[in-house]
Amino acid sequence: MLNLVRSLAVVALVALLAPVANAQLVIEITRGQENAVPIAVVPFGWESANAAPFDVAQVVAADLQRSGRFAPVDRKDMIDRPTAGDQIRFQDWRYLKSDFIVVGKLTPEGGDRYAAQFELYNVLNGQRLAGQRLTATASSMRAMSHRIADIIFEQLTGIRGAFSTRIAFVSAEGTPPKQQYTLIVADADGENQQKIASSSEPIMSPSWSPDGQSLAYVSFESRSSAIYIQTLRSGERSRVSARAGINGAPAWSPDGGTLALTLSRKDGDVDIYTLKLSSQTLTRMTFDPGIDTEPVWSNDGRKLYFMSDRAGGPQIYEIDVDQPTRATRVTFEGTYNARPRLSPDGKQLAVVHLDRGNFRIAVVDLQSKGVQVLSPGRQDESPSFAPNGATLIYATQDRGRGVLATVSVDGRVQQRLAASSGDVREPVWSPFPAGR
Amino acid sequence: MRVAQLMLIVMTGFALAACKSKPATLPDASNAAEQTTADTGRTTDTDVSGSARDPNEQAKQIALQTGTIIYFDYDRAEIKAEFVPIVTAHAKYLNTSSTNKIRLEGHSDERGSREYNIGLGERRAQAVRRALMLQGVTEAQITTVSYGEERPAVQGSDESAYAKNRRVELVYGR
Repeated sequence: MLNLVRSLAVVALVALLAPVANAQLVIEITRGQENAVPIAVVPFGWESANAAPFDVAQVVAADLQRSGRFAPVDRKDMIDRPTAGDQIRFQDWRYLKSDFIVVGKLTPEGGDRYAAQFELYNVLNGQRLAGQRLTATASSMRAMSHRIADIIFEQLTGIRGAFSTRIAFVSAEGTPPKQQYTLIVADADGENQQKIASSSEPIMSPSWSPDGQSLAYVSFESRSSAIYIQTLRSGERSRVSARAGINGAPAWSPDGGTLALTLSRKDGDVDIYTLKLSSQTLTRMTFDPGIDTEPVWSNDGRKLYFMSDRAGGPQIYEIDVDQPTRATRVTFEGTYNARPRLSPDGKQLAVVHLDRGNFRIAVVDLQSKGVQVLSPGRQDESPSFAPNGATLIYATQDRGRGVLATVSVDGRVQQRLAASSGDVREPVWSPFPAGR
Repeated sequence: MRVAQLMLIVMTGFALAACKSKPATLPDASNAAEQTTADTGRTTDTDVSGSARDPNEQAKQIALQTGTIIYFDYDRAEIKAEFVPIVTAHAKYLNTSSTNKIRLEGHSDERGSREYNIGLGERRAQAVRRALMLQGVTEAQITTVSYGEERPAVQGSDESAYAKNRRVELVYGR
């Protein structure tokens, strides 16, 4: 339509540590914002005979472009390559219709270390908006580049950047019934993939701990479902629930001390429980004979939102964790609302919503109860908010294959992250990294 | 198409069950004799046809031939009439010895959210579990697991694929 359709392909490089060659993600912006802000991210200077160790500007520009809010100027159109503020001839950049410009340089700091000095200017009035010096080792250059993109994004939009965050997702390779399931963690741009767990039995429902250090997930590796918690850095893993029947839908409490989970026990009644991790105390939260599952905590840890089909079709309910006997229904619009995820500000729930025969991602305003459909697919599922609340990632299908997609909370910016082979599904966005 | 296929499977199952039902009664008697000799001698039966005369094995074969997959309608967990003979055949086998154990694997199609589908698969497995228990099978003989949409029988996003994936598989020795 009127929307400016931009196409960009960022081909994922094979990760250095634990390459997952089969599940490389290729990002494609399927729908960008009409009034994306033009910005020039000039290649960083590097004063040495050798080639620059890393293209910082390229990662920064790609991050800004992926946000959908910025339209980076093509390098080929840059007549000049300033590396510091005093070298910028603003007139040239006004001529290129760039509203902002980022310049910087990379300098060796000895050994494996490098420093990046960057500055952000308003092209129209020549005002310096930000400037910072960051250091990195050769292996953390990419992380540093995301950090620079975060600073620029926040300076220009007022929204905290989420380029330094990660996503976890599940890939399934092969043809049923013989499939290989892999739990993968990657940078938010799909790069730097690490294999967390792999099995010929299903892996599902990954959930980040609030500190971003661990994942809880469901694995059927012992021929029945069990919930595991795995620390990412050390790989250390523990099995926290392997009860008879379902062990599913783990969700960390905001303080990280408790898991909400779904069990069916011996009698097959699918209900939500909480499991205090230090004491292994199990407390039942729902008592209805219907299916109650997919719990998610309120930000204060006092409520759980969950899905129940107690009234026939699946709808979202909430309960008070301290007084779980009474559930209050939250969604009323539509015949199918499932898999709730709370927005970081606690005002909206993202759900899987049946929209005229199509499963789509929608947000439900908790105050007005209004439903806004955001995704355009037929089989969209597993929504997860970016920690800055600006974007949702979810799973969809493209020509029969599972792919990941993102959509801005206003529905205007859409992207697709397709794996080079196999199915990818169940994306979950990490919290912000610690230290700010 | 699908219904016809299912009907064919069920009818074949019936036909086989009918064929087997006659000899099935015969080894019953002879086995009683075998049982007594076994008590005294405990000679291993090297006769190849011996397994067929074992009523336990016989019942198992009948059950397996009657069918090992029960299919369900969208969002439903009721066992349709056409699949009742499968439940009956497996109950018969399980009732021949309390040491016989079955595993019920519940599945859903791919539509909708994954953990809800785990719930739906469990509900189907439980429906089959209850049906078996109504026919005398004990709780200890049955384990259930729900795979939801995670282990589809066939790939595809059309009604024929969905119909093949909404199922409970009756499994021995897994």
